[in-house]
Amino acid sequence: MSDLLVTIIETIIKGAIVIGVLMTSFAYMTWLERKLVGRFQLRPGPNRAGPFGLLFPLADGIKLFLKEDFVPVGADKVTFFVAPLISIVTALLAFAVIPIGPTINIFGYELHPIIANPNVGILFILAIASLGVFGIVLAGWSSNSKFSLIGALRASAQLISYELAIGISIISVILIVGNLQITQIIEWQAKNVWIVLLQPVAFIIYFLSALAETNRAPFDMPEAEHELTAGYHTEYGGMRFALFFAAEYINIVTVSAIATTLFLGGYLGPFVDQFPILGFLYFALKVFLCVFVFVWIRATLPRVRYDQLMSLGWKYLIPIAIAWLMITAVGVVWLGGSAPK
Amino acid sequence: MGVDQMVESPFVLTNLDKLVGWARKNSLWPVQMGLACCAIEMMATAASRWDMARFGAEMFRASPRQADLMIVSGRVSQKMAPVVRHIYDQMLEPKWVISMGDCASAGGIFNNYAIVQGVDKIIPVDVYVPGCPPTPDMLLFGLMKLQEKIARQKAIDPHQTGEKA
Repeated sequence: MSDLLVTIIETIIKGAIVIGVLMTSFAYMTWLERKLVGRFQLRPGPNRAGPFGLLFPLADGIKLFLKEDFVPVGADKVTFFVAPLISIVTALLAFAVIPIGPTINIFGYELHPIIANPNVGILFILAIASLGVFGIVLAGWSSNSKFSLIGALRASAQLISYELAIGISIISVILIVGNLQITQIIEWQAKNVWIVLLQPVAFIIYFLSALAETNRAPFDMPEAEHELTAGYHTEYGGMRFALFFAAEYINIVTVSAIATTLFLGGYLGPFVDQFPILGFLYFALKVFLCVFVFVWIRATLPRVRYDQLMSLGWKYLIPIAIAWLMITAVGVVWLGGSAPK
Repeated sequence: MGVDQMVESPFVLTNLDKLVGWARKNSLWPVQMGLACCAIEMMATAASRWDMARFGAEMFRASPRQADLMIVSGRVSQKMAPVVRHIYDQMLEPKWVISMGDCASAGGIFNNYAIVQGVDKIIPVDVYVPGCPPTPDMLLFGLMKLQEKIARQKAIDPHQTGEKA
């Protein structure tokens, strides 16, 4: 068997595993969120279907799958069908360049737990994250509904604004490491320290922007229920709505995974050198921690107003990110850090 | 059980009915709609002391397209009737209705020209919950009764119950 064939088969298997894991994690994140929000509000949360209500995601899935298939009058049919697919595909794609564990040795075969390792991994993530907005805009536009359209316009304005802050905060990380390849960033952190210790400001800016980027509370403007019904997916029901839902939750997992990889040391942790299998556990644990904070913030904060959202992005996050970028640049030159060779 | 009956309800379909009924009863997302004072009790039902989330029914969807259950919480005025009917029509099949309180069920104390004497004059109702207003416990009981009803319904044509008439 040629090397090319091996690579193709390996990539397909890894892709299937990652998609399976992400879809499962989506289902159980809905459960986790309902349960956690319940706990935060001193309620037991869902608990009737299965032990600890663990079968609720299954029930939701079957129910949504069997709902009526619906297209609104006057909708642009093709775009209406394609929009949720764009959302879910871009949500799944970004995970391709994230290493979920250290290289492990299975019966003499070197297995890299990453689907693709391009030397511009971070650029790839930023590009794919920006593409996600197309799904939202097309959904809002094709639905032929005022709520959808306004929700979509807001979502796109919000996503584009916060994209800048995310980009600038990530540049600070790249300046320190001197490499765009994600595996190199983790190796740098293995040799030195976790980047969050050197870049606390960039981490906070990244996290706040990620909240806005994934349309989560307190920045869930596009879905502001009291004014826009359900935002861009107002006219979607059944399985197509489930796809949007899945895209939102998978995006949360993805931004958490990126935060883990760039700032929190990825799969690094005690004893990873001796037992590489522990790396997967550390990675999952750190991602879970980020996801927990996402839910925690949702249960705590009320939704901000649209102009507050915009002013937070443009007047505070982006200037602070730029200032921090300059400080980082000066620091790297001054200390002769690890500038590119 | 005769042969005819076995042919009418084959093994596979019966089990599918059971599975789908179970899924639907555990995933009843109500539409976010409050009409009058009963709506306050409906909100209390979703809050900590009673917690409708235990039954998987706390996902109040703002868009009727994503909802399965309409809780008509309060009196329906003549002006509101077309709106209620409109929202009901916007919900996707299969859908169910709980008529909450005396006013929604039969007009209640408002026996006059301004109020529709029972919401079943404009939309089909599955479960009536009496009371003025019903306590959250009563609404939960109504929800559980509806769940029992849904569990008996068929997967393909939910509004026809699986039981032999």
